[in-house]
Amino acid sequence: MADYKAIIDRYKELPGGIIEAYHALQREYNYIPEDAVDYAARVFDMSKAQAYGVATFYSYLKIGERGQYIIRICESAPCHVAGAHEVVRALEKELGIKMGETTPDGKFTLEFTECVGQCQATPVITINSKPYGDMTAEKIAAVLAECQ
Amino acid sequence: MAEEMRIVLRNMGKIDPLKIEDYIAAGGYKSLEKARSMEQEALIEEVKKSGLRGRGGAGFNCGMKWSFSYKVQSEQKYVVCNADEGEPGTYKDRIIMENDPHSVLEGMAICGYAIGADKGYIYCRGEYPYVVEMLNQAIAQAKEKGVLAGFDIEVRMGAGAYVCGEESALIESIEGNRGEPRFKPPFPPVIGLWQKPTIVNNVETFANIPVILEKGADWYKAIGAERYPGTKVLTLTGDVNNRTVYEVPTDTTIRQVIYDLGGGIKDDKKFKAVQIGGTSGGFIPESMLDTPIDFDSMTAIGAVLGSGAVFVMDESRDIVNVVARIAGFFEHESCGKCSPCREGTKRMHELMEKMNAGQGDGTDLSLLERLGTVMTKACLCGLGQAAPAPVLTTLKNFPGEYQAKLN
Repeated sequence: MADYKAIIDRYKELPGGIIEAYHALQREYNYIPEDAVDYAARVFDMSKAQAYGVATFYSYLKIGERGQYIIRICESAPCHVAGAHEVVRALEKELGIKMGETTPDGKFTLEFTECVGQCQATPVITINSKPYGDMTAEKIAAVLAECQ
Repeated sequence: MAEEMRIVLRNMGKIDPLKIEDYIAAGGYKSLEKARSMEQEALIEEVKKSGLRGRGGAGFNCGMKWSFSYKVQSEQKYVVCNADEGEPGTYKDRIIMENDPHSVLEGMAICGYAIGADKGYIYCRGEYPYVVEMLNQAIAQAKEKGVLAGFDIEVRMGAGAYVCGEESALIESIEGNRGEPRFKPPFPPVIGLWQKPTIVNNVETFANIPVILEKGADWYKAIGAERYPGTKVLTLTGDVNNRTVYEVPTDTTIRQVIYDLGGGIKDDKKFKAVQIGGTSGGFIPESMLDTPIDFDSMTAIGAVLGSGAVFVMDESRDIVNVVARIAGFFEHESCGKCSPCREGTKRMHELMEKMNAGQGDGTDLSLLERLGTVMTKACLCGLGQAAPAPVLTTLKNFPGEYQAKLN
């Protein structure tokens, strides 16, 4: 894995580049390492509080470890009426964890999200940002099996 | 029978979106050339005359907005494309960018010439990494061909904050800050990104620009509703047979959208409600379905056109339950900067959950109404001001749904 300092340094010259740097960190690690926030604050010439403030403001960003596969379930109104809660129940049962948790082997993390813009096929989940539409409880096992 | 009319989606399915040659063969980038042969004032006048109003939801006259930035003396100005579409039930900007990215780039470059800006940003939501990739490819092709004539475009990614659809919050986010809206005035066309004059327009607005230049303001103005001319791209979701995207003239009625295009209600059930404009839109009952979808007609019935999301609910849906979920959305998405929104969305969600659980009474109903009215007036930005709309419109148009759940 690339060193977080090297990743952040790539965005040094980009005005307002801290969010792009955080995205790049997440592409590498799936989360933002705690130490990286301190380093980003130095590189982008802001206080630690500000750098932390940015990292925690956006729901797509997360400080601290997450699983290899981040599964997000949309709970916005169109997905809600289409039965998102049944998909949630099936995922929790299949993985043996609750929403917001990561499996002990570090493979899967379950998160709620708001609309992901794939409302032609509700309910929708995303796995590492890739959308899976028209989800049902029955389809969950097959979709999880793809995560290898 | 209402029919589609494709202006924004004119090239959808007809060209390979990742082949700039296809776009050029279809007449692409000719409008930019034409624009650059015109005086800036004349160009802005043409856009103003077309009557094009912002397609992101606020409905402000596009040419008028451009004129504000044009008039400011500044060595640096910016053009920003708002591609942060986070309004639940909306995916039209994704469809436009996926099918015809160059139409958006061309619209931005025309705006750049009009106001005197040589730099543009596309702020694309973080949920669309695949769209970001396409946009970057399209920009690289345009640079290689030299068609943007020195206008530079960079893509920045949002990171999952609904409030960043608000233009000053979006600007804060590009600057690398928390996406909190600014106090206005000054408005972004005068003081925007890095304190410079900045035009922020929606994806759909920009995609309209090349066609308006090609066919003329008079042609455009004659389409659809008189005071909100042109077309609108709508996305149909919920209990409707055809859950897909349609582009229609703005004088099309809600009923035509749901029944002629949408194919009516799924499983032969009866219609109960439709929420238009996204999750901050009003809930509309059967009696108002013959309203045209244009901005002013929708406002007149206490609803909005907004982003153009059309969320249909059949007779089996529990309105209080849906509105409670929506109230939860706003509690989550409130940025926390102003207290009427930070506290208001939280209390509104609490009250709605109480109603939904069958534990609310008449006092809670009047509290909801009072809180909603205060938020509409006191919140800093559009998020907080619009957040109570689903509650207030359902209290008004669907009172029976609440009565049935009273303790």
